[in-house]
Amino acid sequence: MAGTAVLGRVTWRAAKVVAVHDETATARTLALAVRDWPGHVAGQHVDVRLTAPDGYSAVRSYSIASAPISDGRIEITVERLPNGEVSPYLTQEVMVGDELELRGPIGGWFVWRCEQMEPIQLVAGGSGIVPLMAMIRSRRSAGSSAPFRLLYSVGGPEKVFYRDELRALSNQGDSVVITYAYTRVTPKDWPRPAGRIDAPLIAMGTWPSTLRPTSYVCGPTSFVEQATDLLIAAGHDRERIRTERFGATGERK
Amino acid sequence: MNASLNYLDGNAAAGELSRVFAVDITSAEGQCANCGAKRRFAEAHLYLQCPGLVARCPVCGHMLLRLANIQERVFLDLCGMTRLTFDTTKQSNATS
Repeated sequence: MAGTAVLGRVTWRAAKVVAVHDETATARTLALAVRDWPGHVAGQHVDVRLTAPDGYSAVRSYSIASAPISDGRIEITVERLPNGEVSPYLTQEVMVGDELELRGPIGGWFVWRCEQMEPIQLVAGGSGIVPLMAMIRSRRSAGSSAPFRLLYSVGGPEKVFYRDELRALSNQGDSVVITYAYTRVTPKDWPRPAGRIDAPLIAMGTWPSTLRPTSYVCGPTSFVEQATDLLIAAGHDRERIRTERFGATGERK
Repeated sequence: MNASLNYLDGNAAAGELSRVFAVDITSAEGQCANCGAKRRFAEAHLYLQCPGLVARCPVCGHMLLRLANIQERVFLDLCGMTRLTFDTTKQSNATS
């Protein structure tokens, strides 16, 4: 299984859509029941394959949003991209009861395991929140007390995924410290004008480098580059920063 | 090197590479044949705007690996990596 180096062959499995709900006007979460799902580790992704009647098929990678719970169900959250080939189908057309083909869980590097006790810094750009949410949920379901902080850069308040759940989490004791950074539209009376992440925001919204946190940075490639450079400039060790890039467009092939 | 930001991480190749390797090579450490840098394969820069995929060294940009599916065949070229080191006790360990 995922805890060991030998994974065995990863094969395509049938996955049935068992629930859908919208996170934002352009993003939807799909709950999938996967036959013989071997379990996953927070941060891993799956490949989804869609095949048209003429045999043309397209494969896309989506991060798993749910905590590893062994009920054979996983959740993915898909952001619809204007010129996307797969995401419009997954966010607008797919219905409960539909079947998809899925390969995974995939990737053993961009993962958080509940044995990790060091401080964790999560940095999300837009839909890059998805695998980081799996880590936050995994921490909670494992009862971990590892100190977690999340810096979530997002276009505007209406673009925030998992809003209510994040709000509930940040109101609890022993919880995840969350800093929002808005790039286009801010809530009323927000102290910081809308803009891209910068050094003052990193200083305010992340663990000091002296605590030697492990950082997980996920988002579009340009965001990941910028956030990683800022973390390194703030004294973080490159070796302790793990990244997952979604590409320039946000749709991973 | 990074003339464009059209790349992903080596992570994103894990699905395709799982067709070839029985272990997750994205958490293995690879050494670049050009500059000698040792990095996790997950940290390589991955380009998909080509038939198949190309992974480049994140330090010097040298090609580490290319994989192409052409009809029923898979072509895998690893000449840019001199060594892959696997940790058999754990796939990944953030404290290492």
